Formats: sequence, C-alpha cells, structure tokens
Amino acid sequence: MMISRFRPAALACFIGLAAGAAFAQGASPQEALYIKSLAATCANCHGTAGQAVAGSANASLAGRSKDDLVTQMKAFKSGARPATVMHQLAKGYSDAQIEVIAAYFAAQKK
Amino acid sequence: MKSQHISRRGVLHSAAALSLLGLTGCATTSIPQRAKVVVVGGGYGGATAAKYVRWLSDYKIDVVLIEPQEAFISCPISNLVLSGVKQMADITTPYSALSKRHGVTVVKDIAKSIDTRAKTVTLGGGATIGYDKLIVSPGIDLQYDTIEGLRAANASGQILQAWKAGPETVALRRQLEAMPDGGVFAITIPEAPYRCPPGPYERASVVAGYLKANKPRSKVLILDANQDVTSKGPLFKRVWNEQYKGILEYRAQHKVTAVDAKAGVIKFDVQEDVKAQVLNVLPAMRAGAIAVQTGLNNLGSNRWCGVNYLNFESTVAKDVHVLGDSIQIAPAMPKSGHMANSHGKVAAAAIVAELSGWPINPAPMLTNTCYSFIDPKMAIHVASVHEYVAAEKTFKTVAGSGGVSTGPTELEGVYALSWASNIWADSLS
Repeated sequence: MMISRFRPAALACFIGLAAGAAFAQGASPQEALYIKSLAATCANCHGTAGQAVAGSANASLAGRSKDDLVTQMKAFKSGARPATVMHQLAKGYSDAQIEVIAAYFAAQKK
Repeated sequence: MKSQHISRRGVLHSAAALSLLGLTGCATTSIPQRAKVVVVGGGYGGATAAKYVRWLSDYKIDVVLIEPQEAFISCPISNLVLSGVKQMADITTPYSALSKRHGVTVVKDIAKSIDTRAKTVTLGGGATIGYDKLIVSPGIDLQYDTIEGLRAANASGQILQAWKAGPETVALRRQLEAMPDGGVFAITIPEAPYRCPPGPYERASVVAGYLKANKPRSKVLILDANQDVTSKGPLFKRVWNEQYKGILEYRAQHKVTAVDAKAGVIKFDVQEDVKAQVLNVLPAMRAGAIAVQTGLNNLGSNRWCGVNYLNFESTVAKDVHVLGDSIQIAPAMPKSGHMANSHGKVAAAAIVAELSGWPINPAPMLTNTCYSFIDPKMAIHVASVHEYVAAEKTFKTVAGSGGVSTGPTELEGVYALSWASNIWADSLS
C-alpha cells in the first residue's frame, strides 16, 4: 500500500484553515507556515523539522510514514502505548492536529 | 515497551543537526545599519526566535542577533556541573551555526538602549541598528538589593547565585568542593514567580547526592520563602525522604531579609538565623535590565513584561516582542528554557506572517517538558501542552494533557540528557 499523503478531508478542521494543506504538494506559503509552526512544538525534543540529533534517545520523526506516526500518537493518547512523557503530551493534540503534524514529518527529509 | 522501532530509526536517521557545529567563532563581520528583525539576547528564547524567523521565512527575512556572550551556556543541566557529573563544556553551545547555517548576523555586544519610537537599538560599542520588528529576550535580572548585604557578598564572591549558568556555576562548584565534611550547604528560594520553578529543588537534590557520596556528614538546607515546594512537590519530597533522609532538610516559609557573608549567616523576616558553610541565596527576580530600562515591565509590580500572547508583542511598545523569563506568564506557564524556546517559535511565526502580509496563526500552541535530576542518573519530569484561547486572549493548558513522573528513573535521566541535546540543537543549530 502506498503511504497515504494528506487527505484534504482530514484537514478541513485544522485550526480554521482551508483544507488542502498538503504540505508536500504545494500548500500556500501561509498554510505551510502554520503547519510548520504547529509541528515545531515537537522540535524541542525531536529536532527542527523532526531531525533529532545523532545518537539521541528521542526519536527522529522526519521521513517516517504518516500512518505510523498517527498510529503511534493515537496509541500514546489512548494509553495503549506506555511512555514516560509522550502519553501526557499526546493528549494535548486533537486528532486533526495529529494528522497534520504526521503528514508534515512524513514529508521531511530523514 | 514498544519503542525499538523508534529508537532504531532515531539512531539511524538523526543526521545533520550537529554536522556544522564544532567550528569556532561567529566572525561578526560588519554591523548592519538596519535589519527587518533584530533580536536582543541569545538564550533559549532569543536564539530560537532568530533561527526560526530565518527558517520559517525560507531565509528571506534578515535577522541580527545581539548577544554579549561568546557562547550559549545552558541553565538546564548546569546543576549537574555543580554536583560534578558534567563539565561546563557539556552545557556550552557556540553561536556559529546560527550564522553559518542559518545566516543570522550574530553581533557580540550588549544592547545598551532601545528607542521604540525611532525603532533603533544602540549597542555598547556605539553602533545603532534600525529594525522593523524587535525581539527582546533578556532573561531575568537578580534583585540583589531586596536582600541586605547580598550585592556586596556577590561582588566579593562569598555568596553566589549561579542562577545564570556561567562563571558562578564553576565558582559555586569550587565552594562545594572546598566545603569540609560536616558542613552545611544552604539554598534559599524567593517567592514565586522566579526562573525555573523546580531548579532550586533539583539543585538541592543533586548536591545532596554529591555530599552523600563524598562528604557524608554534611547537610543540605532548603529555605523556601513559599508556603510549600512550588514544583513537583510530592516527587521531590519522596526522594528527600527515601534517598536523602538525615542529609537534606526542607523548611517552608523562610523569607530572607539579609545576609552576613563574613559570618556565613542568613537572616529571615520571622524565622531564626541560619548559619552555613556554603550559601546559595537566590533573591527575587524580574525582567532583564534592557526590558526594564525600555519600560516594557508594566505588570506584576513592574517586575514582568505584559505581552499579547498571540504574537508576544509588548502591550507597551508596538513591534517589540518580548520572550521567555521576562514576560508576565499566562496561567500554569513556567519560566523555563523549554517554554522560552516555545515562545520563540510562536513569535517567529507571527513575525514572519506579519512581515509577509498574512494573518497571524489564530491558534498557536506551546509545550513544556522540564526534567529535574535527583541524583547523578535519575530524573523526574513535568510536562504540559498549552493552547491559545482566543476568547480569553491567553494560553491555557489543554484539558487532560500533561502530568508528572510516577517516580524517578534512570530512563528519564537518559531522556533528560537527550532533551537537552535536542533543544540546544533546535535553538542554536
């Protein structure tokens, strides 16, 4: 199965933005800015654009499959996946935000 | 734990962040007469904002960063320098990647004055730089004069704070090394808000760990002006009871009024005097001097700077954005390095939007993750996610998110150090 790209339907509710912010497929510069700045809330621990430092215990997120990132975040959120911190942070993001963030990181260079 | 997948990828694909580091000097060339964005202060807030304005604008907006220090020295992890686990080099990051990799013009100087009408910053060296947008991120100033005798005791090197990591961190470590077995290390904490709420308790804990291993007859005294431990209280208290019983003692409601450096005595408003061999007296804090001098400190008894949380623009001066520990905090927003980095990103995105003629993101988000070591290896944390609530014009924690550790673990100690290397790269590389 192909790794799914952004589905416009999943984005319609993203913080009041118009749908279609397919980051890798030509979001408007304004939409791209909002998406980057939402994803940047992960960068403190996971690196700018999801590229964690070499040897880091924190995972790099750049270039991971979107589906995998969404699945992991939802598992943290539900508590299905145990964690030290991520189960507490994941609960701070809506499912729509998780979709946006995951699509952004999936489109970044590893 | 199902993390092997992530860990493997983390190790394999964490590439480039450090590749351009390790070279020296930021080789300030000429100082420009003006820049679209000028940033005052290269700490967690200012450095992050400088980098992110460049990165988020696809390197179209020029940025000047004014910072007097040669390199960034991190307050987080600096308590491990005090306990002898880390060295200063471990917590120091050069500014060179900001200039070489991101094209920030790094000017090694102090901002001497700001003219918010003319929109200029004048440097200690005499140069003046005009700006369209100014970011002020000067951290905190210690209010020495709120405690009688403290300014002189600091100047003479007898009573140190080490609340800005740097030479005082090294000097306080030396005092601890020189303290005889059986001595007392006393740390005093001002009333909240102050920089890094759990920092004093972490410091007391790791120093207790050092003394327990090396000078077992010694003691640690925490003298807290607050009613109770202000952060991670139940966790710290458990650690103190289980690991440091008989070594570390916590006393609430101890507000320092004066110090006698020669006698090694701390005086309080109500409680009896305390004598100690190493005194670490933390006075009240307020917004950094340049913010105060510019009149941005309009809130909290004129100690902190009011901002519009949507873009961190000062409520006093147009096109001046204030970040980090200097601001009047929103509910449950700690004065932490992680939070300052988060402020920097929200402000940078807002500034890029404004300078591009776009609306500001109406729903910015912030995170905070703050680790505290309790001994050389184990750490605990507090974490939170904050969303902008337009109706109330402030940030609030997202309901149901955030929390603290169940207890100290070595795994969290590993994550704490990993957090540090990643946030240093995110802010400076």
